[in-house]
Amino acid sequence: MEAIRVENLVKRYPKALAVDNLSFTLERGQILGLLGGNGAGKTTTISMLLGLLVPTSGRITVLGHDMAKNRFAALARMNFSSPYISLPGRLTVRENLEVYGHLYNVPKLKTRIGQLAEQFRLTELLTRPAGDLSAGQKTRVALAKSLLNQPDLLLLDEPTASLDPDTGDYVRTALEDYRVATGASILLASHNMAEVERLCDHVLMMKQGRVADHGAPEDLITRYGREDMEEVFLHIARSEAI
Amino acid sequence: MNGTPQRIWGLVYRHLCMYRRSWPRLVEIAYWPTLELLIWGFTANFFSRDLHGGSPILAGVALVAGVLLWEIVLRAQIGVAFSFLEEIWSRNLGHLFVSPLRPAELVGALLSVSLIRTIIGLLPATIIAFLLYHYDVFAPGPVMVLFFVNLLVMGWWVALAIVALLFRYGAGAEALAWTIAFGITPVACVFYPLSSLPYWLQPVAQALPAAHVFEGLRALLLHGQTDWHQFAWATGLNILWTLAAVSIFGLEFRRARVRGALISIGE
Repeated sequence: MEAIRVENLVKRYPKALAVDNLSFTLERGQILGLLGGNGAGKTTTISMLLGLLVPTSGRITVLGHDMAKNRFAALARMNFSSPYISLPGRLTVRENLEVYGHLYNVPKLKTRIGQLAEQFRLTELLTRPAGDLSAGQKTRVALAKSLLNQPDLLLLDEPTASLDPDTGDYVRTALEDYRVATGASILLASHNMAEVERLCDHVLMMKQGRVADHGAPEDLITRYGREDMEEVFLHIARSEAI
Repeated sequence: MNGTPQRIWGLVYRHLCMYRRSWPRLVEIAYWPTLELLIWGFTANFFSRDLHGGSPILAGVALVAGVLLWEIVLRAQIGVAFSFLEEIWSRNLGHLFVSPLRPAELVGALLSVSLIRTIIGLLPATIIAFLLYHYDVFAPGPVMVLFFVNLLVMGWWVALAIVALLFRYGAGAEALAWTIAFGITPVACVFYPLSSLPYWLQPVAQALPAAHVFEGLRALLLHGQTDWHQFAWATGLNILWTLAAVSIFGLEFRRARVRGALISIGE
């Protein structure tokens, strides 16, 4: 059974076609990379998967729930992290995690916050206002928030942006461990191709709202005769054809 | 809707944490109601005692009562709108709308925060009214609760309409949060009877629950009569306006999801 099934998804704005007949699936327990240049339609697609945006047409099924009819049942079992959305800066890290723990009805919240604080090296930061943290620390807090409810599906938008190489590696390992321990599925939008190669079982290259190509990273590298995903990305992004 | 109370509490807790950490915000809640009461209370004293050369007359009491009770509408409305704007300013709406928090629960939390803010905001003014102007807002008895509730509900449906406008026009419409309820004041008949308005303006006032509440309040304070007819009108109008505001809120929320405005509402 798929964690995500997207069928013939279209999002048309008055002056632009953002997503054009997109179809894909994410299998349970897999990590899917959603790649593409700026304006390729990644954010629009993620927004529709999260129920923030209503598609013009097409169908999205998340964890067996039709997002058009029963999105809250799916949202309770998924979570999202992006360095581009803030948590309230005047609240401490602990208060922020408590707020979202309540919103996701997390049982034994205090224990869960303790576990995540340890896992993401946040214990010392729990009493500090979230607004006073560095960009990297905020990203770690956002990741901890996204794992509060032990989601079956995790949507991550550039999860390691603004992290130093050491912390970035630490977070990637934590995500791999989480996937192995829980069998969760992860959809990852990233511009870090080394990260994509390391984490993703499958990637979807988007261009002008459509799927330009897809496959396992190693298969794409072989098929395009390139050294790594960075070169594959550049080749697809710069080619005329879709 | 399993887990609804916990989700509502989660969002209320977020605002309580913010106020706990910010004394200027706490002071701001009580500042305007107290200032309004002081200005109008002394004005009422002047007109009722100094100009008549005797003991305070009931019109002065009605004026102080009007100031105090109209603040319920203003504080209730600003409480909802301000709490929603806090989420926009802190760029937190994205996280809220991808959580299992239903729109009805968001509204429930905003109303709860508004109620807390209204109580905190009016407490000092109520005490000052008693100490300085010898006006006990609770003296008429339990019937005052009906006036309070009607004014609170009016503040809330005005606020829901404002939040709907924020969904439609984004944070650029935030000035409405501070001005709309003040703009209603002239036709709310807070300080003067309905008959004082020009004939053509009276139907506008009669469409507002506040005008009926304050007509009833004056009847109670000046003549000792509980005017159930006015109370029924206020309650009926509040039900109608609430249904209209909830419908507009639902419609604009849906439109915002179609347009993608939930992603960019703070920009």
